[in-house]
Amino acid sequence: MLAFILRRLMQAVFVVVAMVVLVFFGTYVIGDPVWMMVPGDATIEQVGEVRRTFGFDQPVYVQFLHFLGDVVRGEFGRSYVHGTSAIALILARMPATMELAFAALILAVVIGLPLGLFAGLKPEHPAARAIMAGSILGFSLPTFWVGLMLIMLFSVMLGWLPATGRGPVVSIFGLETSMLSLDGWRHLLLPALNLALLKISLVIRLTRSGTREAALQDYVKFARAKGLSQSRIVGVHILKNILIPIVTVLGLEFGSLVAFSVVTESIFAWPGMGKLLLEAIQRLDRPLIVAYVMVVVLLFVTINLIVDILYSALDPRVRLSESEA
Amino acid sequence: MSEVAALPPPESAFGRFARRFIEDRVALIGLGLLVVVILVALLAPWIAPQNPYDLASVDVMDSRQPPGSHAGEGFTMWLGSDGVGRDLLSGILYGLRISLTVGIVSGVLAASLGLMLGLLAAYAGGRTETLIMRVVDLQLALPSVLVALILVALLGKGVDKIILALVVVQWAYYARTVRASALVERRKEYVEAARSLGLSHARTMLRHILPNCLAPVIVIATVQTAHAISLEATLSFLGVGLPQTEPSLGVLIANGFQYMLSGKYWISFFPGLALLVTIVAINLVGDRLRDVLNPRLER
Repeated sequence: MLAFILRRLMQAVFVVVAMVVLVFFGTYVIGDPVWMMVPGDATIEQVGEVRRTFGFDQPVYVQFLHFLGDVVRGEFGRSYVHGTSAIALILARMPATMELAFAALILAVVIGLPLGLFAGLKPEHPAARAIMAGSILGFSLPTFWVGLMLIMLFSVMLGWLPATGRGPVVSIFGLETSMLSLDGWRHLLLPALNLALLKISLVIRLTRSGTREAALQDYVKFARAKGLSQSRIVGVHILKNILIPIVTVLGLEFGSLVAFSVVTESIFAWPGMGKLLLEAIQRLDRPLIVAYVMVVVLLFVTINLIVDILYSALDPRVRLSESEA
Repeated sequence: MSEVAALPPPESAFGRFARRFIEDRVALIGLGLLVVVILVALLAPWIAPQNPYDLASVDVMDSRQPPGSHAGEGFTMWLGSDGVGRDLLSGILYGLRISLTVGIVSGVLAASLGLMLGLLAAYAGGRTETLIMRVVDLQLALPSVLVALILVALLGKGVDKIILALVVVQWAYYARTVRASALVERRKEYVEAARSLGLSHARTMLRHILPNCLAPVIVIATVQTAHAISLEATLSFLGVGLPQTEPSLGVLIANGFQYMLSGKYWISFFPGLALLVTIVAINLVGDRLRDVLNPRLER
């Protein structure tokens, strides 16, 4: 077990290091950031001054070593546009994104699980067929377009929900959240639904195939023979067995929710870190882009590592097949 | 002696494949839709009421007209017009050309690259395999939308840059798929036979192993092309994809966004619908291909 964890940890470190190198040399070819930082009527001397202050006159490898040192200290420099610490800006916007991703995850389970169970238990039912057709549609629908259509329908035509922004924020135990007020939920609902759409389809499909397999197992037949009620068979015996893979996949998908929130946040003007990234890209704000990428890579690697280790703890076969390879 | 009952002529492999494919009605609808989409994209210059690139035929007075209104030049704009007075139907037909081209070109390039590297990894083994598969793992660990977004941010706008970004996010799926099947094929006797005949490594890989690994690749290719088209539209919508001079469906949708809050829904709605139909059609065909090409479901 320890060897397995160590090997996984090494792989995680490898991914982070590779990303650091890629990100630095990627951003290095972006173009000269100095012109983004000086006023339009700056003199040659002023430009040179800025260049020296930020160390852009140094050779590449010196800049890379500086960058490495900064990464280790968790410091990514000041945003060219905002003038404050890039990492602080990202972290300040992080709770909003996490709230959105978390809400989307809840929606995916609350909507996807019952629909998937139904489709798995009664595969021939017309409603089950409709659910499966809907889930294919959910995979195919482009997220950003659905976002637009949600705004169109619920905000512009029906006027039920606000189109943009985040509701009032309440601070609780040092965490800021808008989930504690009705207005906060009204703002959260559309973007969360938009973000959840793909995951709802995923949960439906996973639950359906898991249910169909489990329903044929001996323990279900036995439970039925014992005379247990249908609701108890489904709620206890089937659900318990199909939940492990679903929880695992959803854990891994949380990272992709954070990544996709770039799209959702920019449509709904949600003040999260994805929207910040897009603004940074449009203004060539190098430190901000780098800080975002590093934060997300770290988040991803951590989630994958935790899921991997948990999974191997639950299922020893994963560990064994790994050491044979 | 009575005559032996005539056996039906043996069916070709493709004939059997085609017959099984059309057994599914939904897949047939998908295939039909896909053919229509490709045809209208190809024929756009002849069937579109207006050439949206031809500035002389575009009249600003026609801008933001609802579906069904008449353009100054006389024809009916069945889907309305966009912010600068272009007929939306014509815009969509021309936009489809760009979206499909970007999707297919990037798909073919990514498939070629992925096939080569996946084959090489499986055939060479050792360090080469470890290196290639590590890069694949690294690539697949990060969501494609994020990788593509960062890439186009670094590369800049333009058709070639978008295609490059899409190739980068797609090739790893092909490489992983091909490697998995090539690993199985490599141990089979026909490979040994080919080598014993003195065929070169390259010939053994490309002419003998590769053709036997193609079935899963075809399935991946449909899913990935749909994904690439959707991703291009997303990037273009976010303003980091194709420029205004190459109005793909994503660019059209982005242009309509600003008018949507004032109730002019059609500028974003119809291009999105065209995008949706395209993606659904490809996915339906892909779903059926997976069932037909899967040997475990063979009856």
